[in-house]
Amino acid sequence: MLAKTLFKRLLQDDRGGDRMLTVLIAVLVVVPVLNLLVPEDSVFHLSTYTVTLLGKYLTFALLAIALDLVWGYCGILSLGHGAFFALGGYAMGMYLMRQIGERGVYGNPELPDFMVFLNWSELPWYWYGFDMFWFAMLMVALVPGLLAFVFGWLAFRSRVTGVYLSIITQALTYALLLAFFRNEMGFGGNNGLTDFKDILGFDLQSDVTRIVLFIASGLTLLGGYLLSRYIVDSKFGRVVIAIRDAEDRARFIGYNVEQYKLWIFVLSAVLAGIAGALYVPQVGIINPGEFSPLNSIELAIWVAIGGRGTLYGAVIGAILVNYAKTYFTGVIPEVWLFALGGLFVVVTLFLPRGLIGIFDKRRKRSREVQA
Amino acid sequence: MSKILITMFCLLLVSLVPMQAMPETDLTADEFAELVSQLHVKSYKEKEAIIKKIATIKDPRKVPILQRMQDGELFYRNADKKIVFREASAEQYRITDVLNNEDLGLVDAGDIKKVKINNKLRRVIRGIIARLRLQDEDAGVRLTAVNNIVKNINASGAALLHDSLPEEQDEDVREAMKTGVALMDVLSEDRPVRIAAIMILGESVLPAARSRLEDILEKDDAGDYVEADAELRQLARKGLDKIESRLNVYQFFETAFFGLSLGSVLLLIAVGLAITFGVMGVINMAHGELMMIGAYTTYVVQLMMPNHIDYSLFVAIPLAFVVAGLFGIAIERSVIRFLYGRPLETLLATFGISLILQQMVRSIFSPLNRSVATPEWMSGSFEINAALSLTYNRFYVIIFSLLVFFFLLALLKKTSLGLQVRAVSQNRPMAKAMGVRSEWVDALTFGLGSGIAGVAGVALSQLTNVGPNLGQTYIIDSFMVVVFGGVGNLWGTLVSAMSLGVFNKFLEPSTGAVLAKILVLVLIILFIQKRPRGMFPQKGRAVEN
Repeated sequence: MLAKTLFKRLLQDDRGGDRMLTVLIAVLVVVPVLNLLVPEDSVFHLSTYTVTLLGKYLTFALLAIALDLVWGYCGILSLGHGAFFALGGYAMGMYLMRQIGERGVYGNPELPDFMVFLNWSELPWYWYGFDMFWFAMLMVALVPGLLAFVFGWLAFRSRVTGVYLSIITQALTYALLLAFFRNEMGFGGNNGLTDFKDILGFDLQSDVTRIVLFIASGLTLLGGYLLSRYIVDSKFGRVVIAIRDAEDRARFIGYNVEQYKLWIFVLSAVLAGIAGALYVPQVGIINPGEFSPLNSIELAIWVAIGGRGTLYGAVIGAILVNYAKTYFTGVIPEVWLFALGGLFVVVTLFLPRGLIGIFDKRRKRSREVQA
Repeated sequence: MSKILITMFCLLLVSLVPMQAMPETDLTADEFAELVSQLHVKSYKEKEAIIKKIATIKDPRKVPILQRMQDGELFYRNADKKIVFREASAEQYRITDVLNNEDLGLVDAGDIKKVKINNKLRRVIRGIIARLRLQDEDAGVRLTAVNNIVKNINASGAALLHDSLPEEQDEDVREAMKTGVALMDVLSEDRPVRIAAIMILGESVLPAARSRLEDILEKDDAGDYVEADAELRQLARKGLDKIESRLNVYQFFETAFFGLSLGSVLLLIAVGLAITFGVMGVINMAHGELMMIGAYTTYVVQLMMPNHIDYSLFVAIPLAFVVAGLFGIAIERSVIRFLYGRPLETLLATFGISLILQQMVRSIFSPLNRSVATPEWMSGSFEINAALSLTYNRFYVIIFSLLVFFFLLALLKKTSLGLQVRAVSQNRPMAKAMGVRSEWVDALTFGLGSGIAGVAGVALSQLTNVGPNLGQTYIIDSFMVVVFGGVGNLWGTLVSAMSLGVFNKFLEPSTGAVLAKILVLVLIILFIQKRPRGMFPQKGRAVEN
């Protein structure tokens, strides 16, 4: 009851979000049923592969919301959000790595395989604690959050804005990419972390675990959405929007612009980290490739295509683009980059408000006709 | 048993013989021909005698003949035992007379036999050739010969150098000879000789000299010095320190040179961007792909003129400029002109273009790397001494990047186009009011920046793999250089590229290549916090927009 009124209050001015969340909840109910209860030979059966794919899209959607928070609402185009996503993923990966225990190829109860392979005799200090789930989850939020805090504190304080910020965020993720490629870093180098066995004692390969992870991703997306909606509707959010539209004016009125920017940036990074943590157990691997600047830019295009500054637009964009990617790279891989590149150009030239913009315009027009 | 011992002893003696000075006699050319024609004899002993006689005759033909013989490339015709060179020609061999280079026609493999040679003969010939080279008229040849002997120094080699020393006039060659002699002298029993040798070795930069001195300071298992003479040890220590400090200096120069060449590459990849980003304010993420287009242009040019690889670059450079420039103008006219004043959107749109260009190249040329040949005049290196040699391709990159840079600078500062470009970038409405066709200037400026990227691509094709990912590898670096230097300032780009290159190379020895790169990135990120507009920021009213 309380939840319902909270929902209502949060979404009263957000028809798109309302619809999107309704669809999301429906999907969260229907997909497990189709996967677990419908017999495998039925046409309505949903394979576990598809469920995992959908779960992956949901984590991408959460990541897109995170970027929309800073880009759509605060005007900061971060081209390094893939880094926060990957850091969250690595934190989860480290937990999953420790869970393997003696089942690794070398059977070492302490050390992951790649460390044994590198002839390391003991666990590096920064791996301590990752055998505990709660600690790993804490790190999932803390590590990206802390990086965002330090980076944002430095950058916003010295008023690095616009494209400069975009470029140095890109440099940040590029530096991390190079760093994580190094074997000496202790994160598995080129191969990253993989070969996971189970999470909290449940087999990662089993259908039920997959479904649970899928539902967890969906619920986190739901929670992330509501939280973001709450924030952008709050007074804090209003100031953030004001900063986006006229940074100097907001500063002159007396708001501490840097603080607002910093906290929205940190929050966004934490959301991205959580998305990464949900992504890793579903795809079963995390490697330095996730840091690649290309990923972060692609992320920007999900948000741009969906329509930034709406939150639900980001979700729709992320899911649509990734579905298209899965489809095209499977059927006609040569066309995918043409299509993606074309999307970048077309959307920026003709759809400054994304797909959402088209529908909004239609609705406005029909309303005008009725009136 | 005793017979074997005696033979071995003789062998040993004989192996030392050719190194002894053998004055050239006045035997005539006829006698030379006569001796050469006997080389087909079976007995190695006789052959050796003949060779030694040949060595004493002054005749320009003897070195090639001996060299061929040593390489196992000397033959004789079965029919008349004439000594010949052979060259493979289709399935037969073309043979020529060794004495007068007369073409003796084609023969089958069975018609000629190799002039056989064994290890002892090889050694004899090697000694003779080395000695002859030491008497060559060209100082460069003599120096190479000395260096070859020094490389595998032994008692006979040192003796040979010692004997040649008094006649040598060239200072460099004398130094090299002295060092070679000292390398052996230092092992002798005679104390004054050793001291002198140690002093000489201290002046050398050869690794061999260093290890000889280190040997003197060696300790045995018990911790005592192998060398009992304390004074000698002290001298050796001094010499070694001298070598170390000199090597450090060379090391420094080498690193600085590497750094400058890396800086030049950075300058090349960034200077085009300094135009489009710096002057026009357009974030062109497809900049890397324009370089890729330049690199592929080089590849295509080489495909079209496979017999003139040496000149291909001179064709490729202007062509790459034109091709990439046209691509640039097309991009500007079709996309960027709608996005002026919206830098973030430009960034995304041009990134989309970069993806399209990459995929285009993949579809046309395959996703695999293409190999671009390096012209002969660019390979090889300039050896200053044993410790320091500079490769030519790095040299050319440095020169080329500076040429491009100053060309661009002159274009912007001295031509009317440059004037218009600067006018539009400083105050568009005012420039328009003065009659500048700003749209046209935009297109040309963007084309110019893109063309320069294409030219950079030609240079990159000589340094790295040419593949669809070429551009992506460099795009972040090029942005870093421009931002670090200060947007809108070409000199800033120059300073920033060179300092980043040098800094990177000086970090590398202690951190490794990857970590050095990471550190440089982090440093730039921190630097931008301190000075958000780079090292040389633009000043004035234009800055605030």
